[in-house]
Amino acid sequence: MENRVVITGIGLYSCIGNGKDEVLDSLRKGKSGIINDVQRKEFGYRSCLTGMVKDPDLKPFLSRRERIGMHQPAMFAFMSTKEALEQAKLDVEFLAKNETGIIYGNDSTAGAVINTVDKVRDRKDTALIGSGDIFQNMNCTVNMNLSTIYKLKGINISLSAACASGSHSIGMGYLLIKQGLQERIVCGGAQEINVFAMASFDGLGAFSVRHDQVAKASRPFDAGRDGLVPSGGAATVIIESMESALKRGVPILGEIIGYGFSSNGEHISNPNFDGQYRSLNMALQQAGINDSAVDYVNAHATSTIVGDGMEAQAINSVLGSKVPVSSTKSMTGHECWMAGASEVAYSLLMMENDFIAPNINFENPDEDSAKINVIPEYQEKNINCFLSNSFGFGGTNSSLIIKKFVK
Amino acid sequence: MNREDIIITTKRFLSEEFEVDESKILPNSNLQKTLDLDSLDYVDLVVVIEENLGFKPTAENFKSIETFEDFYNLVEKKLAETA
Repeated sequence: MENRVVITGIGLYSCIGNGKDEVLDSLRKGKSGIINDVQRKEFGYRSCLTGMVKDPDLKPFLSRRERIGMHQPAMFAFMSTKEALEQAKLDVEFLAKNETGIIYGNDSTAGAVINTVDKVRDRKDTALIGSGDIFQNMNCTVNMNLSTIYKLKGINISLSAACASGSHSIGMGYLLIKQGLQERIVCGGAQEINVFAMASFDGLGAFSVRHDQVAKASRPFDAGRDGLVPSGGAATVIIESMESALKRGVPILGEIIGYGFSSNGEHISNPNFDGQYRSLNMALQQAGINDSAVDYVNAHATSTIVGDGMEAQAINSVLGSKVPVSSTKSMTGHECWMAGASEVAYSLLMMENDFIAPNINFENPDEDSAKINVIPEYQEKNINCFLSNSFGFGGTNSSLIIKKFVK
Repeated sequence: MNREDIIITTKRFLSEEFEVDESKILPNSNLQKTLDLDSLDYVDLVVVIEENLGFKPTAENFKSIETFEDFYNLVEKKLAETA
């Protein structure tokens, strides 16, 4: 028999808020988290625009040994995971005794790697790097750090799938719990923010250069967009079997009912209608619902002409023209490896509080976005079921469907 | 650097690096236990010694160190060799 899979905790360390309460306020107000990071210009970037979070002070929470192997992805993920575990009423003592896994999305550690390489270049001696760098440098840095801090004893793998990493982490965790292989899993996505991390992406000319209007720079689906705005932070989503959540007596935030995935198998960076269409359809089929059951779509839309256009076509083809759609990237920028997890968390906050966060800066549709129902302003709405899309370089696609929990 | 300078200097960087109160660093205290060093921490001990005193102790050097007194003796000897 298959398990039902529910969500019992979310945590956010985002450019629109440190923690759920601040994020909820920003989502309601349509508040942008984008800034001008002037050091990017000096470094050689074309665009200085980015979402920004501070490096958190972890000294009050963690020992030196626990902190020393952490750079931004792990630091940010610790903050969001701490909040999510608290909401799910899971502490280290319980986790050490009750098998719990971690599947965390992350796809770079550029800042940490470059810091390490600079040390060797400077000192010409690897013995002087120190013991923490290796654990900062590896792409599984979030998993290594969080699994040891929280004494996790279940599945322990990092998920690297470009800008769909966070979404696939939830999807893969969902499948393991559904099949009865795990009781609960810490899922999520982390994205570093530093000049080293996004330089090569900036080099593609894909970022907005609307430096004089930072809050208006990220404008998914709008005809006047000029590119995406990179961002970062971390988001954690705790998922577990319905039986486990009910037995523990914790509040259930939603139930995952569908996970669609696909690969385009074509261009390395260009999106593709067919891949997205198949991912959306697979999620719907797996959920066993028809298109009219979806009350809200949190779009992947990053504020690029081709990407937004393909997604608008796919949404229109699979779900029709009436379903409300917004891209929270209009406020957060593109949180990349984190985005799939954060956008599930943002949507859960909307579902819990009966509103749709605005797709800010949507002023004029283009030919594709005119065919779907993009919500430009805060809207009260009872959401029973939402779909969250995430697509990434290399043509990886993920669609998650989550609904309100009814026993 | 005389003995007193060595004690003051090493107390400062060891307490800072390993987050131990300076008052716990006493001549007869056990270095490994006081600083709570595991095998990885010895890598960092080498780094802070090199950064602050300009020499790089070997694994062999650490084998003979039990107390901070032993450590001060090693530092004194190494500094004298490089002087």
